[in-house]
Amino acid sequence: VWDKSENGDWHCTASWKTHSGSVWRVTWAHPEFGQVLASCSFDRTAAVWEEIVGESNDKLRGQSHWVKRTTLVDSRTSVTDVKFAPKHMGLMLATCSADGVVRIYEAPDVMNLSQWSLQHEISCKLSCSCISWNPSSSRAHSPMIAVGSDDNSPNILAKVQIYEYNENTRKYAKAEALMTVTDPVHDIAFAPNLGRSFHILAVATKDVRIFTLKPLRKELTSSGGLTKFEIHIVAQFDNHNSQVWRVSWNITGTVLASSGDDGCVRLWK
Amino acid sequence: RALTGCVAGGGEGGPSSSRVFVVRRDQDIYIQTLRKLFNESHGIFIGLQRSEEELAGKSRKAQLVQVSKNYRSVIRACMEDMHQAAISARDPALHSQYSTQVSILSAMELIWNLCEILFVEAAAAGPLLLRLLDWVRLHVCDVDNMVREVLSSENPSKHELFWNVVDVFVLQGRMDEARHLLSKEAGANPTSVNMFKILDDLMKKMPVPSLGNTQTLTEMELKWQHWHEECQRYLQDGTFASNSHMESICKILLGDEDAILEKKELMTTWYHFLVTRLLYSHPTVKPMELRFYAQACMDLFLGGESSPEPLDTILMAAFEFEMHQVIKECSIALSNWWFVAHLTDLLDHCKLLQSHNLYFGSNMREFLLLEYASGLFSHHSLWQLGVDYFDHCPEYGRVYLELHIERIPLNTEQKALKVLRICEQRQMHEQVRSICKIMAMKALRNNRLGSALSWSIRAKDAAFATLISDRFLKDYCERGCFSDLDLIDNLGPSMLLSDRLTFLGKYREFHRLYGEKRFSEAAKLLLMLMTAHIAPCSFWMTLLTDALPLLEQKEVIFSAEQTYELMRCLEDLTAGKSDKQKFQDDDVENMKVEMLRLALARNLARVIVKEGTLDGS
Repeated sequence: VWDKSENGDWHCTASWKTHSGSVWRVTWAHPEFGQVLASCSFDRTAAVWEEIVGESNDKLRGQSHWVKRTTLVDSRTSVTDVKFAPKHMGLMLATCSADGVVRIYEAPDVMNLSQWSLQHEISCKLSCSCISWNPSSSRAHSPMIAVGSDDNSPNILAKVQIYEYNENTRKYAKAEALMTVTDPVHDIAFAPNLGRSFHILAVATKDVRIFTLKPLRKELTSSGGLTKFEIHIVAQFDNHNSQVWRVSWNITGTVLASSGDDGCVRLWK
Repeated sequence: RALTGCVAGGGEGGPSSSRVFVVRRDQDIYIQTLRKLFNESHGIFIGLQRSEEELAGKSRKAQLVQVSKNYRSVIRACMEDMHQAAISARDPALHSQYSTQVSILSAMELIWNLCEILFVEAAAAGPLLLRLLDWVRLHVCDVDNMVREVLSSENPSKHELFWNVVDVFVLQGRMDEARHLLSKEAGANPTSVNMFKILDDLMKKMPVPSLGNTQTLTEMELKWQHWHEECQRYLQDGTFASNSHMESICKILLGDEDAILEKKELMTTWYHFLVTRLLYSHPTVKPMELRFYAQACMDLFLGGESSPEPLDTILMAAFEFEMHQVIKECSIALSNWWFVAHLTDLLDHCKLLQSHNLYFGSNMREFLLLEYASGLFSHHSLWQLGVDYFDHCPEYGRVYLELHIERIPLNTEQKALKVLRICEQRQMHEQVRSICKIMAMKALRNNRLGSALSWSIRAKDAAFATLISDRFLKDYCERGCFSDLDLIDNLGPSMLLSDRLTFLGKYREFHRLYGEKRFSEAAKLLLMLMTAHIAPCSFWMTLLTDALPLLEQKEVIFSAEQTYELMRCLEDLTAGKSDKQKFQDDDVENMKVEMLRLALARNLARVIVKEGTLDGS
């Protein structure tokens, strides 16, 4: 963990070995919950960490302490991504694993980071590599997660799936699959929603792709409440000329950053 | 756009050390000397947004032209500062950076000035040429040194560059200055006196468009035609044949393209060439005719040796009245959004931009302002300017502000308060709540309970307030005293935010009353805390223990009824415990209970007697 000092320099204030396998991802919780991190690893676990304010000596030496608050051990395979939900949903996080299971956990008491309960288990049928929560806090949108798969088996199944929370069944159900994405997906990211009615999703696969998902009227059948979407691809960039590994949006969703095997970071506007 | 990078993290190098790169764009906001540009233009921008829209026609136009001039003077001031900085810079890299900035600012002012003439002022045929002449004179400064040198020499007419300077004056239409210089030469050369007189006369008589309404365009054109013909006659008569310099000047006066082009080095740019040509061949040029002359002049001047630079393309687009093209080219050429954002805003106020709706930013003006303001937000203090820009973006300004303001690092309490005030002024309730929560959390983690409490009160976060109040109470139980008394004493109506907080406030009040020896009030309050169930059950034992000193005062404080109440409370408390619990309670606990029972009984006895006696009291 690096901290930025008063004069703008970055210093490494904590560094610790904990997982017994490669750490795939780290992610921050919203500062409303304190200084909280989550990590996930090849060792089949995900962990939640909190920074403890230590002795003043440590501060002088520029060190900070992080304690593990919980270990999530439900997965039987490598946990490939971990992401906190948007803050309006409370203290919640989602993990996805190589065996295709997405798990959603919640900490009912935000002051107690050691108590997390498994709320949902979603089976995606394909090995998962990444997840992204839809950040929109609009009442018009139900909670939504996009899941990407890097499954390499020779099938043409859609590698991006969208799951939406159904208020009636109180469960997450598959709302959509992006049929045009058939290559392994390495990263996925919803753009911040600026009051738009539709969603924007960036996908890192063999190229950079940006989709819009426009919600059509909700189907109010008995098992319904699920939204149907009109999907359009609005951009496809192959400038990396190689696998694209990460995509990330800026605060206003007006710039997308991508990184690829060509060793370049590209900014798209 | 320039990206700069730097390496963060441990610097030992070696294969195992991790490297994190911090890459940043919009570096311009960090240049100290540009600070003035951002700050002052902000003031002009706000003034423009608030200015009288009701003013119509001429006065509105005059107002807008003034705004444009203000912007330009800010650019010039900045250029000056930058120039000074360049001169005094020791480091060659820094010197070069500043020098580059100076030329960029100079180009910006050049473009803006032209846009002001063509779009904002929308100078009509006649005044148009005069404005363009001013423009050229202001911006082609390469020859200034030479001019100064010749004028300040002892004998200007003998200076080798004398004729160059005369030519410069003629090319820029500075007739009086040209004539003045020529008179010196005339004095030195009595043989050519006649020639000088004629040339001088021609130059004096040259008709120029007037700014006022003293003559119509047609009148002027007529006069000009006559004058042109007169010049022609003198040339053809060979009047100036013996002096090549004067002959060339006469040709220039006649608008001879080749003669003017010969003086390329003195004009340095194609747009100077354009204006000179117009001056001497078509002084009543109409705005819409400019484009033809501009393209022709640029082609002639560059002559296929060099291709147009970005600046040339921008100026050409302006001469062609392609406003959107100007904005687009400037956006590409410049390294930050400052210029296009402010210029476009001004043009929008001139009602010159059609509103094509861009889906990603409402319209051009808003799109550019949003980009500019967003860039300001990464700066630790310039972000405050950004707030005002967002305020004036009706469609997306608010949501952009909401997103950006949440990300401002709140390293100090003052900064947090500043941000909060901005949010509160704009009824951004969710952001207020969020910021207060973040600050409360930070304070709590650092064990600054008082700060945490005041932040959670501000956030109207009842749950958090309860939590912190519990901590206070816990602290009190452990240490026997309160921290942050000031805060608790002055809670006021915010005490009602949560029950626990109310209890905390009232409990402290009890202690205060006790300290002030206002025992019966204290007693009443203490009892009320239990009977009204304001106090949590877990705290009752502490409260009852607090009652002990009151029970053992010399004076009787608790009335009979109050004593019965207290006893009931004690019984409620102990009855709740099972026998096993009672056994597990340590001796201290049991002793406390016994002491209380005794004290209560004693008090009861005393008070019965007291209340029973005739003179009550």
